[in-house]
Amino acid sequence: MPQREILIPKSDLGPNALAKEKKKMKRIVSLITVVTLIVCALTGCGAGKETVATDGSTSMNKVIGALGEAFEAENGITVTYNATGSGAGIQAVQEGRCDIGLSSRDLKDEEKANGLEGTVLAFDGIAIIVNPENPVSDLDVETIAKIYTGEISNWKEVGGNDAEIVLIGREAGSGTRDGFESITDTEDKCKYRQELTSTGDVITTVAGNPAAVGYASLASVKDTVKALKVDGVTPSEETIKDGSYVVQRPFVLVTKKDATLSESASKFFDYITSAEANDIISGAGVVPAN
Amino acid sequence: MKKNRLFENIVHGIFLILGLITVGCVLLITVYLIISGIPAIREIGLFNFLFGKEWASTAEDAKYGILPFILTSIYGTAGAILLGVPIGFFTAVFLSKFANKKVRAIIEAAVNLLAGIPSVVYGLVGMIVLVPAIREIFNIPDGASLLAAIIVLAVMILPNIIKVSITALDAVPKEYEDASLALGATPAETYFKVSVPAAKSGIAAAVVLGVGRAIGEAMAVMMVAGNVANMPSLFQSVRFLTTAVASEMAYSSPGSLQRNALFSIALVLFLFIMLINATLNFFLKRDKEK
Repeated sequence: MPQREILIPKSDLGPNALAKEKKKMKRIVSLITVVTLIVCALTGCGAGKETVATDGSTSMNKVIGALGEAFEAENGITVTYNATGSGAGIQAVQEGRCDIGLSSRDLKDEEKANGLEGTVLAFDGIAIIVNPENPVSDLDVETIAKIYTGEISNWKEVGGNDAEIVLIGREAGSGTRDGFESITDTEDKCKYRQELTSTGDVITTVAGNPAAVGYASLASVKDTVKALKVDGVTPSEETIKDGSYVVQRPFVLVTKKDATLSESASKFFDYITSAEANDIISGAGVVPAN
Repeated sequence: MKKNRLFENIVHGIFLILGLITVGCVLLITVYLIISGIPAIREIGLFNFLFGKEWASTAEDAKYGILPFILTSIYGTAGAILLGVPIGFFTAVFLSKFANKKVRAIIEAAVNLLAGIPSVVYGLVGMIVLVPAIREIFNIPDGASLLAAIIVLAVMILPNIIKVSITALDAVPKEYEDASLALGATPAETYFKVSVPAAKSGIAAAVVLGVGRAIGEAMAVMMVAGNVANMPSLFQSVRFLTTAVASEMAYSSPGSLQRNALFSIALVLFLFIMLINATLNFFLKRDKEK
């Protein structure tokens, strides 16, 4: 072991060297602390005065992006958006890491109890999507629920081809999944074949499998898949707004009840909940609530 | 002389800091994982956690059994090794011993390129090409399965296995081979009966490295395995230890048992990786002592 030989003379340096070494360690520790603090300060939200930090639901990317752009053009205040998911966004507000949290589900009671407050910004329709080759085009909510709980397992039972239904869903905790399962009353009962972690993955998978059925925000549905009518109602802005299309969920702005927003954040909040933002919100494919 | 000494000390100090950063990171991660991973295991019970067959983290009656994930990770890694090692090993022997310079240069460049492809690209190609192909070939309703994950992982570990094996094979002293050839053995006999045994520790290290990469991969697997917490079977949608953490982390609410259980899964995964690293060290050490 050649390493031993090198080690021996070093310990010969005596207790003085040991003390030196200790001092050095102290210095190192303090240096690391300082560096960490600087990094934290630089990356923390609200570092500059003229920014509004939002954090949360990946489904709200489009609408917040559009609103942020318009707001910046008008007021010169930058709006940042972190697409982390509803749960993470709510956590970020709670910990004060951002100004406004974005959630694509209503706040849970425990979250409200933690001093958070939700304001509905818009409604998002959840489209039930199938492969364009699938002849089925209209289902009612009960049938959809039966399909997802495995009671109906073949497309021919609902007027389609003789093929086993492949259920595509989202991961546990996803706002879209939560929305879908609570609307269809199938919580914890869905027999998914795949649980994917993004809307894009769901659309890609359904587009690639003729027997698949999935769900996704209406705003992100593309031509590669077909959105089903539910109870005879085509999902669209009008049908979501008047409530006739039943598979829909709210987009919620999450803030702290006791803390006041920064000046720029409250400006942004007022702006996006005002009527003049409605055009931008509907431009992003969701239905404004105000 | 004294000036020299000071300079030496400064350099020593700087390198010590750099070295400590690595050690600090490892310690920080280890301590953090243990601290955040233990509470959930305590609450659920070690036996129920490790050997429970059901995972339903968001259900009303939540279940936190990770046996399906553990078995899936083991089966998936074993499958990838079973597929990837023979291909990688023979490629390495061919490149190191049989191939002429030009061929070796081309194939090595390709291998290096393969090593540089980000895992999300593997996942994307797997999702769009491999998954539908498996569906068609095996005539099953959906192709996202353990098999798809195994194939993707096998391709991903190839570059590791090939590169490390080549290094080991190249390091075999030429005299060994010369002696064997002089005794009348054919080149093929020499390479497989002399060179390969002489390089076996290095090749074993290559395999272990492959295991490490395969068991730790999340992104690519998440896109092709379907992510449903089933007990593993070749054509079923499965969830790995890595994907179990990755898919639910974003939406789990902080401080909840679900979030803590995810940390516990990460701890289990971490222990697996430690075990693999220990094995790797064992092989490398044995190689050196020889």
